[in-house]
Amino acid sequence: MPAYLQLSQIGKTFTRGAATTEVLKEVSLDIAKGEYISIIGHSGCGKSTLLNIVAGLTPATTGGVILDDREVNSPGPDRAVVFQNHSLLPWLSVYDNVRLAVDKVFSGTRSRAERHAWTLHNLDLVQMGHAKDKRPAEISGGMKQRVGIARALAMEPKVLLLDEPFGALDALTRAHLQDSVMQIHASLGNTILMITHDVDEAVLLSDRIVMMTNGPSARIGEVLEVNLPRPRRRLELVANPTYLKAREAVLKFLHERHRFVEAA
Amino acid sequence: MSATAETLYARPRAAGRPAVSPLAVSGLLWLGAAALTHGVPDRNTGITDIAYTPQLAALQAGLGGALLAAGLLGGRLGRPGAALRRAGPWFALIAVLLAAWELLTAKLAVLPLPFFAPPQGLLEVYLDDWARLGLSLWHSVKLLAWGYLIGAALGVLTGISIGWWQQASYWIHPVLRFIGPLPATAWLPVAFFAFPSSWSASVFLIALATGFPVTILTWSGIAGVNKDYYDIARTLGASERFLVLKVAVPAALPHIFVGLFMGLGASFAVLVVAEMLGVKAGLGWYLSWAQGWAAYANMYAALLVMAVMCSSLITLLFRLRDRVLSWQKELVRW
Repeated sequence: MPAYLQLSQIGKTFTRGAATTEVLKEVSLDIAKGEYISIIGHSGCGKSTLLNIVAGLTPATTGGVILDDREVNSPGPDRAVVFQNHSLLPWLSVYDNVRLAVDKVFSGTRSRAERHAWTLHNLDLVQMGHAKDKRPAEISGGMKQRVGIARALAMEPKVLLLDEPFGALDALTRAHLQDSVMQIHASLGNTILMITHDVDEAVLLSDRIVMMTNGPSARIGEVLEVNLPRPRRRLELVANPTYLKAREAVLKFLHERHRFVEAA
Repeated sequence: MSATAETLYARPRAAGRPAVSPLAVSGLLWLGAAALTHGVPDRNTGITDIAYTPQLAALQAGLGGALLAAGLLGGRLGRPGAALRRAGPWFALIAVLLAAWELLTAKLAVLPLPFFAPPQGLLEVYLDDWARLGLSLWHSVKLLAWGYLIGAALGVLTGISIGWWQQASYWIHPVLRFIGPLPATAWLPVAFFAFPSSWSASVFLIALATGFPVTILTWSGIAGVNKDYYDIARTLGASERFLVLKVAVPAALPHIFVGLFMGLGASFAVLVVAEMLGVKAGLGWYLSWAQGWAAYANMYAALLVMAVMCSSLITLLFRLRDRVLSWQKELVRW
C-alpha cells in the first residue's frame, strides 16, 4: 500500500541571475495517514521550503509530492497551512477569518447555517469562541495562532502543515498550544507535518522526527521513531527514559554531527 | 490640622474648574458684540450703504442668549451639551473676532468699503441672494460629484490593473509618468474645444485631476500588500479573482483612501478654475461674477460657502474611511 503523503526525490534549486543555489536534494519521505511528523533542522536548512513545496506554494525543481494518490502542484484546501506569523487577514474579524476558509471549502456542500455552526465549532475547539468578533490586532500572538489552527482544522484538510507554529510564542503559551494540538490530533486523527527547531517540542508531539542536514543541498539525515505511548503528558515525560533517549539522539544529531557552522 | 488625601487630591481639581462656564462667558461676549453692533452708529462712506445692521445685532444677541442659557443649564443638556461646552472657547473667539471685524469696517471704516465688507454685508447676501448662491452650490456639487466619482472609479481600476498585471503596467505606466504630473488645468484650453460642452470638459478635467493621485496610491497600495496574505489565501484554494477582490483590494485600502483624499483636494482646485473660466454656473462662477460687479460682499459670502462645502466633503470622506478601515489602528483624525 502506498503512503498517504509521499515526498519523492524532492530537489529545489533557486536561480538568481547566474547564481544557482541548491537548497534541497533528493528528499524522500513516506507519511502514513494520521501520523504526526516533525521536521527539525538548523535555520536556513530549507525545511520551510520543503513545507512550501508540500503546500504547493513553491514548485519543486525535481521530484514531487503525492497526497492520497494525487500529485500536488498547486496550493489547495486539502493541505491547510498554519504559518508562523501573519497568519490572519487583519481586516477580518476572528470569526470572518475562519468563515472565509469554511466558505471557500464548503460553499457548495453545506448550507449557510451549517457553515456558521461549523465556524463556531472550530473556534470553540481552540477555545477562541469568546473572541470571535475581535480583530487580529486586538488579540495576543498565542490567540492568533489558535485562530490559525481553527481555520486550518475547519477546512478538514487531508494533511495539516504547521510551519513553526509556536516559534514566536512565549514558553507558557507554547506549552498550552502544544497540549491543544495534541488533544486535537488525538481526537480527530489528523495527518500532521510540522516544521520546528525546538527539540522538546519535536519529541513531545511527534511519531517520527525527520532530521535535516545543513544546507545548501540539505537532505534527510536521519529519521527517529518516538515510541512513546499517547496520550503524552509533559510532566511525566521529564524522567521517562525513552523520552530522554529520543531527546538526546536529536540533540546529538543537531549539535555534534551537523553543527551549525555559520553564524546564525 | 489633618488634611486627608482626598481633599489634597481634590483641591487642584476644584481650583482648575472655572467658577463660570466658558460657554456662559462666550454667551456674554456675543451679547457684548450685539450691543456694539446695535449701539455704535455705522459710518456710511457713501459708496455702498450699510444695511442689515439690526438683523446682525439680533442674530448676535440671539446666539449670545442661547449660549448663556446653555452655559447656565450646564450638565443638564446631556451629550449635545458636552459637545457645546468643548466648543465654548471657540464661540468666545469668534464673538471677539466678529466684533473686531465689525468695528474695523462698519463702525470705524479703518478698512474701506466696498473692498472690505462688514459682517452685515455678508448677512445681506445670504438673506437677499440665497437662491442664487444655493443654486451655485448645487451646480458645483453636481459637477464635482460627476468628475470626482468618475475619476476615483477609473483611478482605482487603473491602479489595481497596473499593480496586478504586468501587461497593464507595461502599457499604462509610461503614459502615467508622462501625463500624470501635468496639472489638469493645463488641459483647460484643449478640453474646452475638444468637448461638446464646457460642462463635460470640466467633468473630464476634474476626473483627470482626481484620477492621477488615486491611481498612483492604489497602485502602490496593491504593490505593497504583504505577500503572506496571498499565501494564506492561496492555501485556502483562492482563485485570482479572489486574490484581487478579497485580499489585494482590502489590504490596499489604506493607501487607496490617501489617494482619494489627495484626489479630492486636486478636484476642488480644478472645479473652481473650470467654473471661473468656462462653466456658467457654480460657486467659482459666482465668485468671478461677483468680482465683475465689484460685489465684494458676495465674493466673501461665496468663499465662505465654498470653504464649508470643501471641508464638509473632506469630513465625509474621512468618516467613510473610519468606517471602512476600523480594523486599522491609529488613524489620523480629521
